[in-house]
Amino acid sequence: MTDHFLLLALFAFFVSLVFAVLLRDEPRQQARLGGMMFGAFLATAFVLGWLLYPLPL
Amino acid sequence: MTIKSTAADRPSAAAEPAVLVLVCLAAWLVPGAGHLWFGRRQKGLIFLVALPLMFLTGTWLQGRIFPFELSEPLVALAAVANLGIGLTWFVSHALEIGRGVVTAATYEYGNTFMIVAGLLNFLVILDVFDIGMGRK
Repeated sequence: MTDHFLLLALFAFFVSLVFAVLLRDEPRQQARLGGMMFGAFLATAFVLGWLLYPLPL
Repeated sequence: MTIKSTAADRPSAAAEPAVLVLVCLAAWLVPGAGHLWFGRRQKGLIFLVALPLMFLTGTWLQGRIFPFELSEPLVALAAVANLGIGLTWFVSHALEIGRGVVTAATYEYGNTFMIVAGLLNFLVILDVFDIGMGRK
């Protein structure tokens, strides 16, 4: 399996899950924080990916 | 099945130091065991499944269990991070999975999964310590 995006999403899923469960107590709050973190991971990866796209110049 | 997740359900008194050491040791060896010990079933079960699975995903991605080479500080630090996953590390080491294939396209991904899984378990242990101290 060498799909970079899938691996990124899998990594983001695990990290978001653990942090959300650590930082929140109620399942609804956990789902909300985990979803936000997961989305933030993917969005950041997209933005950084496109910013770095022209490199090396 | 009831899930103890509200503040009212939690123990507020600090656990005995010996018990606390034992719980932290259990939490290191088996991710989530500390939370299960203190009755936080939902959290404990999620850690119990997610963290070893993350580590094993790393081995499946051809990641490497780093050796304790003190002459290479970054390798030694990675080894400490790997060891954070506890029993899964010992089992993987004994079964010789996680030897790493440096030429594999997913080698670095695998390393990242394995290192982060161990580091996340250190955070879980700290959370267990806080619960045991009556802070959470």
